[in-house]
Amino acid sequence: MSELPKPVASDALAPADPPNDPWTELRSLTPARIALGRSGASLPTREVLAFGIAHAQARDAVHAALDVDALASALQPLGLPIIRTQSAAETRSAYLARPDWGRRLSQDARSALEALARSDGPDVLLVIADGLSAVAPQRHASALISALLPQLDGLRIGPLVIATQARVALADGIAESLGAKLVVCLIGERPGLSSPDSLGAYITYAPKVGTTDEARICISNIRPEGCAIGDAAALIAASLHAALAVRRSGVALREPSKALDGDASTAAALSDQKP
Amino acid sequence: MTYHATVGIRRYVFASLAELLAKASPMRSGDALAGVAAASAEERMAARCALADLPLTAFLDDALIAYETDEVTRLIVDTHDATAFATLRSLTVGGFRDWLLSDAASSAVLAAVATGITPEMAAAVSKLMRNQDLILAAKKMHVVTAFRSTIGLPGRLAIRLQPNHPTDDARGILAATLDGLMYGAGDACIGINPASDEPAKLRMLWDMLDALIARYEIPTQSCVLAHVTRQIEAIELGAPVDLVFQSVGGTEGLNKSFGINLALLREAQEAALSLKRGTVGNNLMYFETGQGAALSANAHHGLDQQTCEARAYAVCRAFQPLLVNTVVGFIGPEYLFDAKQIIRAGLEDHFCGKLLGLPMGVDVCYTNHAEADQDDMDTLLTVLGAAGVNYVMGVPGADDVMLGYQSTSFHDGLALREMLGLKHAPEFESWLQRLQLIDAQGRLQDTRSLQALPLHEAINQLGDGLKR
Repeated sequence: MSELPKPVASDALAPADPPNDPWTELRSLTPARIALGRSGASLPTREVLAFGIAHAQARDAVHAALDVDALASALQPLGLPIIRTQSAAETRSAYLARPDWGRRLSQDARSALEALARSDGPDVLLVIADGLSAVAPQRHASALISALLPQLDGLRIGPLVIATQARVALADGIAESLGAKLVVCLIGERPGLSSPDSLGAYITYAPKVGTTDEARICISNIRPEGCAIGDAAALIAASLHAALAVRRSGVALREPSKALDGDASTAAALSDQKP
Repeated sequence: MTYHATVGIRRYVFASLAELLAKASPMRSGDALAGVAAASAEERMAARCALADLPLTAFLDDALIAYETDEVTRLIVDTHDATAFATLRSLTVGGFRDWLLSDAASSAVLAAVATGITPEMAAAVSKLMRNQDLILAAKKMHVVTAFRSTIGLPGRLAIRLQPNHPTDDARGILAATLDGLMYGAGDACIGINPASDEPAKLRMLWDMLDALIARYEIPTQSCVLAHVTRQIEAIELGAPVDLVFQSVGGTEGLNKSFGINLALLREAQEAALSLKRGTVGNNLMYFETGQGAALSANAHHGLDQQTCEARAYAVCRAFQPLLVNTVVGFIGPEYLFDAKQIIRAGLEDHFCGKLLGLPMGVDVCYTNHAEADQDDMDTLLTVLGAAGVNYVMGVPGADDVMLGYQSTSFHDGLALREMLGLKHAPEFESWLQRLQLIDAQGRLQDTRSLQALPLHEAINQLGDGLKR
């Protein structure tokens, strides 16, 4: 810019924290980052750091490995057998670049699961998957399942399956191998800047390899600040009983998740954020 | 028809024009996912060598997707301007690159040949160009459009104010809109991505923006980025619709997955034109595109994602849009893995769109599972500014709380203006000066030092609601 510098305003002489904008009170109207103030054309230091922290947490969540041993210990008291499996994506980098590998069991994993199958498969199989945020199942899966199980009286529940480098559709192949009627995939969602630990629940009736997303019921943004654990367990139970009763899941059975329609990521989770 | 090139002791053969283009493309994860990428760095260079020797006329003889089965191909072939192409007719793809970078290709000449260039020619030449070439060539291309503000004039930059809210809360959206206006953003448009698809909620958003624009006589245009059928319905019901938005793609199959075709876009354009709401121009379509969308809809016909993207621009230019932008980093790492790929794709898309005569903006953005961060977006924003991008997004704090991704902020717009001396759209510049939000040089004023806060009635009304 060619113009001469302006006289310095008196309050600019002190290198204090730049003030917020005069409309700062509007911040309570939206979670958006408004009225941030500025340092010249740029953000004040406090805002650069606040954004940096949020992004760091989201990045760490994407790259954190699921601590399978710790999760298995947390699930142990529920009294169900625990199985571990993995997708065909061998590394996190491969997982991120090749969603098709994350949806598929390796041949070894599939054989191992089929060896465990019994002649009468379970009504409901619960798959706990890392997805795009291992932090989410690590923090919330055991609490969610322990709130859910009492609401599944009378149903035959399969073993708890912990799956790593997993996309939602991996649960279809797992459920098919074990002969389950219905599968619930509890999976870490793509972390947002303020939600690194959001868990999604995808319910699929008659799951098999090749099932598409229209055939699923999705309950999204499960975390203490979003859809609370107790509410999520009730929603999952209601959706699951409804799906078993009418023998289908998916778009036609979206009603139980309506309660979430006002929530931030429900719509997005159905399209863009799905792990 | 096969193509071949020899590098050292190896001879490489490419079975089709589609394969040649795909293997000449810079490495990106989406082409690997599609199985069309070059198998080695040397094969990629062999493809580029073969492509460089190919006459441009080859693209007129060989449609990548059959004319009979794809309406985008029919659009490209049927609207090709042979007279405008005469200047380029004798060139190879490599010669076309040399010509684009030469002084012979002036701004006026480039504007005159645009209708003679097909998307495939644009995609092909971009594959031979370095990032620097993509910037230098695009910088000469000025595509100017207008509705209530004039966008794309040299030395100017516009911002789309994107005040999204997770539940479309009217007051939350208005708060973010006022925040953006106070930062001098909004000259490209005020465009809301709604969370809901319910007609009544959408109508509330159109009415709210219309009232704000009218109250303060803001020389800008509103847009509610719902599906185009929702916008047509709204126009029929009397909603104050300025711009019509739609995501579009480069194949008939992808457009079908978006629930659209060319006839539907034409219907929408005519409906909006009938409202006669423009003041300084009648460009009223707003399109968004992005590499990788065709593959994700399994409608890519074996083409590489950048060629598919360029074909989307043929769809755009049939409707004289006010704004086109490529949402370059939104799609995720399975298509553009990291910042290197996102930056390259952003420059390619901007160049190809401009070459075809489109008013290109770029949503400089990334998701949290891509290998990218704010530093990378700073780099892409700066190189696009140097390339003369028509507009970029303005999202509060770069954090879109509805769509869950990071774009550019109001502050980023200020930074680019300061770095490169870029002014606002002229009508918007005058308006900001009248409100004393910017000075005669276009610099944002310190709002705390003004005697009366601009837009204070609207801010106070929102604030009063809070106190009650």
